[in-house]
Amino acid sequence: MTTASPLPVIDLQDVTKTYKTGALAVQAVRGVTLSIMPGEYVAIMGPSGSGKSTLMHILGCLDPLTTGSFWLAGQDVSRMSDDELAEVRNRRIGFVFQQFNLLPSLPAWRNVELPLCYAGLRRDERRRRAVAALRRVGLADRITHRPGELSGGQQQRVAIARALVTDPALVLADEPTGNLDSTATADVLALFDELHQSGRTIVLITHERDVAHRAGRVIRLRDGRVELDRDQAAVRS
Amino acid sequence: MSWLETLRTGLDAVRSHRLRSGLTMLGILIGIAAVILTVGFGEGAQARVSGEINALGSNLLVVSPGSATATGGIRGGFGSASTLTQADATALASKTVAPDIAGVAAATQRSETLTVTGTNWTTTVVGTTPDWLSVRARSITEGRFLTAADENTDAAVVVLGATTAQELFGFRDPIGQTVSVNGLPLTVIGVLNAVGASASSSTTNLDDQAVAPITTVANRIFGGSTRTSVQSIYLEAASSGALSAAYQEANAELLRLHGVSVTSADFSIASQQSLLTTATSVDKTLTELLASIAAIALLVGGIGVMNIMLVSVTERIREIGLRKALGATQRAIRRQFLVEASVLGLAGGVLGTGFGLAGAVVLPHLISNPITISPTAAVGAIVVAVGIGIGFGVYPATRAARLPPIDALRSE
Repeated sequence: MTTASPLPVIDLQDVTKTYKTGALAVQAVRGVTLSIMPGEYVAIMGPSGSGKSTLMHILGCLDPLTTGSFWLAGQDVSRMSDDELAEVRNRRIGFVFQQFNLLPSLPAWRNVELPLCYAGLRRDERRRRAVAALRRVGLADRITHRPGELSGGQQQRVAIARALVTDPALVLADEPTGNLDSTATADVLALFDELHQSGRTIVLITHERDVAHRAGRVIRLRDGRVELDRDQAAVRS
Repeated sequence: MSWLETLRTGLDAVRSHRLRSGLTMLGILIGIAAVILTVGFGEGAQARVSGEINALGSNLLVVSPGSATATGGIRGGFGSASTLTQADATALASKTVAPDIAGVAAATQRSETLTVTGTNWTTTVVGTTPDWLSVRARSITEGRFLTAADENTDAAVVVLGATTAQELFGFRDPIGQTVSVNGLPLTVIGVLNAVGASASSSTTNLDDQAVAPITTVANRIFGGSTRTSVQSIYLEAASSGALSAAYQEANAELLRLHGVSVTSADFSIASQQSLLTTATSVDKTLTELLASIAAIALLVGGIGVMNIMLVSVTERIREIGLRKALGATQRAIRRQFLVEASVLGLAGGVLGTGFGLAGAVVLPHLISNPITISPTAAVGAIVVAVGIGIGFGVYPATRAARLPPIDALRSE
């Protein structure tokens, strides 16, 4: 359904973000304008300090922007209250973190159903969807395992299942392979490729060139500005 | 997130940190058990004292000669036992003078040795009138009590307390036997009911006395000034509500009869109620002291909950950030931590009440004091424990709810 929408999933207009620490004001993002259409697979790259983490937090509605405007899937999120933003994060965005961020005391399916709890779904419906999402990432036989009983790659796949379970407009992955060995990295990236082919919109933040090259489009940041925005599909063809 | 879901999350968190949760509960547990036991101890003591005093007749007023310290004899002439007379008692018995007084019994008493062939027993000999039985709320288990005829004829008869009868006659039937007092042979006509151990407030053993007609005692046993004067006049108010009216009437009539003013009154009137008040107020003070120490224990337990919850918030800062990223609102996070705190409070409260109840069963055997526990106190304790959990959980929960999601996610 996201592919049918004519609106961009992400529409940033001249976004800036300034952090004030005491008397010092640090401008982490200095005027970024970009638009990401449904079904795109975008990698955001840049050296540390380039503002890519800040941009990721803005895209994830975790941090308000200082100036500019941000429309996410047709909604102006720059003017939303805390509770409205919580709902946007819950319904529109699926997060994948470098540290996996699974709750160690809960079995895989309870981790996956967590966003659905906050969406207020019934327990049997949550379980059904959590199991389907785990099957989707190839963990149908690990439903009741706790994170401690899973390998790093499996844990990250549980986290991806959690990101997919709400059927979000945007999957936002922050260095998803940063803590994985090469086999697990290949696994996870193959999974992202699959998701991309099935029409998901994916924004992936990474500093690894190999990882970035799997994406259809690469945006490189430097000093809080877009340095390069290249459509690789166009380059390849 | 539904309440049920929040409760499940809270329980998960409590379960996954068993030791920490257990120690937190322990604080509440000790506090609640201590409060339950001290309050139960106080209530038990009060119930016992008021039970004992009520057994003496709760509508009872006692008129004594001289000042309040008269029986101590320290006040000398003012406290001498000759200011109350049989005439005073007769006047107070009048329904027109004192409509709120239901019964009057004048009494004079002295320690005497009772002799039965081969056995001596020293006890309190009380000379009084037939009304004494109802005024003192006593009854007869065997034989009969004194009658007006006994009184009019200075009859040589006596009614014994249960202990006295036992000491003098063992298991023989005392009725019809003869007891000598000061050389005067008295026929035993009845035995009083046993009221148990003496009240903690009185020095006389109520089961160890010999009651004879006041005329017999005054004229044939004691002699001297006791022929007309009496040591106490017992008054029974018509009801416990009429106690203060009866007091006023007796006071006014005696002032008038003795021709004295309030400031120079040569008698004093005490009620069992005032005894009861004094006795229970001492117990109450003790209970309040103990309970306030217990309450401090409970407060410390509550601060323990807050402390642990704050540690928990700091420790789970990533979890909070993650939950917020996944769509938890501030309210949902606050509720989660409040539920966790109240689960700790509830568990501590229930366990503490359990330990308190167990203590209430075991302790009385060790300290020989009754412990009364009311269901209200037990339920109240649990409610208070949950309240403490919530009360001391509010601050940590609010802190958790206000954490910005990125700060929470970023921290390692």
